Amino acid sequence: MDLLENYLSLFVRCVFIENMALAYFLGMCTFIAISKNLKTALGLAVAVTVVQAITVPANNLLYQYLLSDGALKHLLGESYATVDLSFLGFISYIGVIAAIVQILELFLDRFVPSLYNALGIFLPLITVNCAILAGSLFMDQRAYDFGESVVYGIGSGFGWGLAIVALAAVREKLAYANIPIALQGLGITFITVGLVAMAFMAFSGIQI
Amino acid sequence: MAEPTAKEVLVTPILNNNPIALQVLGICSALAVTTKMDTALVMSIAVTLVTAFSSAAVAGIRHWIPSSIRMIVQMVVIASLVIVVDQILKAYFFQISKTMSVFVGLIITNCIVMGRAEGFAMKNTAWLSFVDGIGNGLGYSAVLMSVAFFREFFGSGSLFGYQILSKITDGGWYNPNGLLLLSPSAFFLIGILIWILRTFKPEQIERA
Repeated sequence: MDLLENYLSLFVRCVFIENMALAYFLGMCTFIAISKNLKTALGLAVAVTVVQAITVPANNLLYQYLLSDGALKHLLGESYATVDLSFLGFISYIGVIAAIVQILELFLDRFVPSLYNALGIFLPLITVNCAILAGSLFMDQRAYDFGESVVYGIGSGFGWGLAIVALAAVREKLAYANIPIALQGLGITFITVGLVAMAFMAFSGIQI
Repeated sequence: MAEPTAKEVLVTPILNNNPIALQVLGICSALAVTTKMDTALVMSIAVTLVTAFSSAAVAGIRHWIPSSIRMIVQMVVIASLVIVVDQILKAYFFQISKTMSVFVGLIITNCIVMGRAEGFAMKNTAWLSFVDGIGNGLGYSAVLMSVAFFREFFGSGSLFGYQILSKITDGGWYNPNGLLLLSPSAFFLIGILIWILRTFKPEQIERA
């Protein structure tokens, strides 16, 4: 029961309180660029959640069994007990992410071409979506175990998706608003995101 | 752009084609490290150097990169450079590297670095790409430093950690505006910055 409670609280925390997009500003480039249209935003939200849910646990295994201090001992014997490869973290995480995104791209191209066309250039850009890499880095820094990393991956991806869908919905309505001409487009988007972020701050301090 | 000169390539990204304000690249890290000017400065320098060197390196080997795996090649180049930066920061500026936590690693996924490697370095010579990297880095730094200035000055009444406005809690007169240290303020500031920039440069306005 305790375990479940722990997972639940972690999930709520990474969706609402430590929201990837609104509290840590991660994945902003795609966040701003793709949120003009609710439908595309939804597709991207799903893609990010899926990629995040796969990559964070995958990187967690990689870290535990290859990179962390002394991990090579179990794999290659005593003489490697003092080897600490954790400085290779960045490059191996990004490698795993790039590979998984590429596989997902091939998969979508073959089986869900409509989504593939809708996401267009932004699917490869998920590789450079900071939210994805940050998920793995936070997992590493906070020393999550495998179960926690699964929950964290799904939760943080879902939180990011939630934020982009909310923003896209607001932006669709904004199309009818009368905005000062120099503020149109990017400027007003930033201010909208700020307001959405402020609303999300109301969640801070919630503990389950 | 037929054959851009080095000077053009260096200067245009700063105001006319600013990576953050116009190209919407690299916003993630721009917002997260701007609560204090010193972290913003370190971040600016790190990003400028990484962009310049990675662009130069990618441009140097561009004829030998098969286009199907170019993303991974670019990623590896960038990630190696970021590891170098991270190790240097840990060795000589440990305090700052602690405050910046995962955001050093996130330079890898900073879209500016990747965007320049993909968009410019793949088509130009190493020297031009290097200059282009510096130029875009400077454009990025300009936005970063101005946002950090407002956030630190009004948020905690100091600049680079030196107290300028004496706070009420220390017996002075200035009541710091806590909102500026929180995430929404960064969005507002960038939004306003873009507004100002586009008022003076009307050709950058997006037509809806």
